[in-house]
Amino acid sequence: MPIHVEIVTQEKLILDEPDADMVVLPGSEGVLGVLPHHTPLLTTLDFGELRVKKGGTEEVFAVYGGIVEIRPDKVVVLADTVERAEEIDLELAEAARRRAEELMRQGPPPDELAIIAQELRRAELAVKIRRRIQSRAGTVRIREAGESES
Amino acid sequence: MPNVRDIKKRIKSVKNIGQVTRALEAVSASLARKAQVQAFASRPYSQKAWEVLVNVASQSNSTNGAPLHPLLVVRPEVKTIAILLISGDRGLAGTYNANIIRVATEFVQAHCAQNGCGVRWITVGRKGRDTLLRMREQVVAEFSNLPASPSIQTVIPIARTVIDEFLSGEADQVFIAYTDFINTLTQKPVVVNLLPLQPFQTTDQPVMEYVKREPTVTTEGREYLYEPSAAAILDEVLPRFTELQIYQAILESLASEYAARMVAMRNASENAEALAGDLQLSFNKARQMAITSEILDIVGGVEALSGQAERIVADMQREFMMTEHGAR
Repeated sequence: MPIHVEIVTQEKLILDEPDADMVVLPGSEGVLGVLPHHTPLLTTLDFGELRVKKGGTEEVFAVYGGIVEIRPDKVVVLADTVERAEEIDLELAEAARRRAEELMRQGPPPDELAIIAQELRRAELAVKIRRRIQSRAGTVRIREAGESES
Repeated sequence: MPNVRDIKKRIKSVKNIGQVTRALEAVSASLARKAQVQAFASRPYSQKAWEVLVNVASQSNSTNGAPLHPLLVVRPEVKTIAILLISGDRGLAGTYNANIIRVATEFVQAHCAQNGCGVRWITVGRKGRDTLLRMREQVVAEFSNLPASPSIQTVIPIARTVIDEFLSGEADQVFIAYTDFINTLTQKPVVVNLLPLQPFQTTDQPVMEYVKREPTVTTEGREYLYEPSAAAILDEVLPRFTELQIYQAILESLASEYAARMVAMRNASENAEALAGDLQLSFNKARQMAITSEILDIVGGVEALSGQAERIVADMQREFMMTEHGAR
């Protein structure tokens, strides 16, 4: 039995995949690998990598918080923010990371510390996921950003 | 009768106005469509978040009866209310701004008649803010100059303000006044409950029109595991859901504003056309009149001159006769 995976944000539906084999989620209590017939579960999401496996391919997303509803036949991700790994702009993410690092080194004002720390985590994650995707591009077919959907 | 040149000037300016209104009509039409599409795109999240919310809330209700999250607590006595009023930044939208402000203030009056009368306003859009300030109402926060197609990021500070108002106890209940987009010709100003969230009262929620009411989906009696806890999940879902409700209300209002502006501008363009037609007629008349009077002048001049000439000739003849007589 396949799992129906939906990823939605407040602004739009990001992914609707009716026949996934497995989903790997960055749960706040640890990484979850969800196979069909999983017990019903509601959990919050951490920043992390979300993978949807189907056949030999997998789609990778960077998720920045949210919740997920898991049912035996369905996984619904309500993400705060989510990016397709292929759509991450590596240069922009690197630049954001460097900027955040620089700010951290300078010792930011306490009221901005949390925001900058989060920004840093976010940028680091984006860079990490994008890099991994690129290094794997030989084995798994990855759609480049800008390339058409077909 | 105004002169020809003045009328010509007016025709030109009326036609110019017509062009501007026609352009604004086209722009508003496309923006209205965009806002509609955007509101529609956030529908899946509303649906899912609502399901989760009802699910968790019903489970918490069945265990100990006490709501799990402060945003779900209905206060027994409502002393002060807060109203989030969503209006436009600009006019030229027919009765759009006037309608929503009127409906909101009427709601307050009706509410005041029943309960005490503490009202704190939070406004989105310049028009609402200005009107309320003129009425010397208490405006505790205002947001204006929103982008033409706002993202959820734009809405987060607004939602935070609203949630703070409620949680700090400044307001015991929060309402949202926005304009529901029905179609291009009809928009309905409404005031509905925003906080506390009432998962079992499915009417009167801005998002409800986006949520399909499927009893099978929510009440299957599925026992969920919560990680880390139901409260933590509500902590995540409730603020997001509130943001989303405000976001959708703003998009609905924007679609309404643009639609109202489009209709107003279409009327204006038609009026400009009719006015230009009328002016053209009076221009023709005035021109005709001017020509006629010029001809009359010439004819009259000739007439007068020719009469004068005859008189002069007659005088000269008479004079001549008299001198002839005198000479004899």
